[in-house]
Amino acid sequence: MALILSVLEQGFIYTILALGVYITYKILDFPDLTVDSSFPLGAAVCAVMIKAGINPYLTLPAAFAAGGIAGLATGMIHVKFKVRDLLSGIITMTMLYSVNLHIAGGQANMPIFSSENIFTLSPFADKLGEYNKVLVIFIIMLICKFLMDLYLKTKSGYLLRAVGDNDTVVTVLAKDKGIVKITGLVIANALVALAGCVMCQDQRFFEISMGTGTIVIGLASVIIGTNVFGKLSFIKTTTSVIIGSVIYKACVAVAIWLGLAAIDMKLITGALFLVILVISNFRKAGAENDQA
Amino acid sequence: MIRLEHIDKTYNPHTVNEMQLFSDFNLEVKNNEFVSIIGSNGSGKTSLLNIICGSIPIDSGDILINGESINKLVEFKRYKKIGRVYQNPSMGTCANMTILENMSLADNKGKIFDLKWGTDKKRISFYKEQLAQLNLGLEDKLGVKVGLLSGGQRQAMALLMSTITPIDILILDEHTAALDPKTAEIIMELTDKIVKEKNLTTIMVTHNLMYALNYGHRLIMMHEGKAIMDIEGDEKSSVAVDDILDVFNRISIERGN
Repeated sequence: MALILSVLEQGFIYTILALGVYITYKILDFPDLTVDSSFPLGAAVCAVMIKAGINPYLTLPAAFAAGGIAGLATGMIHVKFKVRDLLSGIITMTMLYSVNLHIAGGQANMPIFSSENIFTLSPFADKLGEYNKVLVIFIIMLICKFLMDLYLKTKSGYLLRAVGDNDTVVTVLAKDKGIVKITGLVIANALVALAGCVMCQDQRFFEISMGTGTIVIGLASVIIGTNVFGKLSFIKTTTSVIIGSVIYKACVAVAIWLGLAAIDMKLITGALFLVILVISNFRKAGAENDQA
Repeated sequence: MIRLEHIDKTYNPHTVNEMQLFSDFNLEVKNNEFVSIIGSNGSGKTSLLNIICGSIPIDSGDILINGESINKLVEFKRYKKIGRVYQNPSMGTCANMTILENMSLADNKGKIFDLKWGTDKKRISFYKEQLAQLNLGLEDKLGVKVGLLSGGQRQAMALLMSTITPIDILILDEHTAALDPKTAEIIMELTDKIVKEKNLTTIMVTHNLMYALNYGHRLIMMHEGKAIMDIEGDEKSSVAVDDILDVFNRISIERGN
């Protein structure tokens, strides 16, 4: 039972992140590596605020805003200085590492075990016991999903989808495609940092390297979700990202349960991602053969 | 009205590949005039369109729309006044968005893209009406993704989308070249209908001499960055395809191929 709860908790936290990655990778077609640093950025902001005795619920919008600024940086580097998408993300990611350390007061570790957090302060904390955490995370994740669904149906959301689909259309609509791309990166990294903030309160410490490989987890979740469940028309893409994220975390949990050590975590993360990519490539090739 | 004044354009200046395309090139297209531009590859037709739209910069000269210079405006700002349909049917529409979403996007040109609903439900009947004109049955497929439509259907949508909001100039960049002859015919007739209905100032680049002769008020033949033929009215209607082909052959021989 504890294992299932832990998979769901982690899965839902990484869903928030995967929703962000979905915007950059699927909608904008932008491989955004900023994610690896905007995730710990959200955690650093969170840890510092909680240490300072600020209401833990305020860490959520603060981390969201901080992530947005990180996305803005990557967007400006890419659009205004015309640096390639991958490199723009790498530049911001590298610089953020130091910024994150500065935010955390120069410490690579920052425990917040003894402080209150969004889970201890939750109105369900006493009644639900061990289910409290998963419910709080589920609610935050669901709010993010619904807001994103709504946003993608607005005029601004239409433009975001159009720029990833065919940016010529955006130009001919007399709109600056660069600004639309920057908007997408801001929203995406804001979500990623929010996930980092929730993760920090879940594990009750900030650690500078907690972001390493985050992009792989995000991409794996998006690809499982959209490739396996995206074909079903009655499931919204954002819903399939939730399912993908939980499945991915379950796979990692099973691998560890089967006896792999915790130090092999990143090895499993990467290997599983590779397997998913290979399978989805085979499926694509199969579908093309069917058509021919 | 659109005016190109003293346009100079040299590609790859100061290199071995230096190629002067335009030198003191001038062109005036009057309001509500439909101009067809023909010419061999490399004659400067598409460069001309790209210069008007700001896709490529000019070395010197000025471009004016209704007396106002647009030369300093970046590409996307010029499209406030310009509609453009490309040769590739997939350039004018968003494949992963539905017909309705594409129409809604196009309908919002010139307005703010804010947090209001992307599709205004009150406009749906208007979109259906517009799509019904195309006679392709698209009005009953509003929820279908545009990527599933044929090239001809997509090009018809692109044409509709680029003219659904008020524009000063319509640019048609070989917009029938990638279609089969029958579909090309349908799109060309549709173009003519829309241009006449909305009285649009239109510049059409085409490789199809029949279209250039049969449609529009004026015909220009480009060769090495110059308008070597510029006819309109009675003179245009008295010209036959063979006459134009003769000129084409002559300039090809002059160039030695």
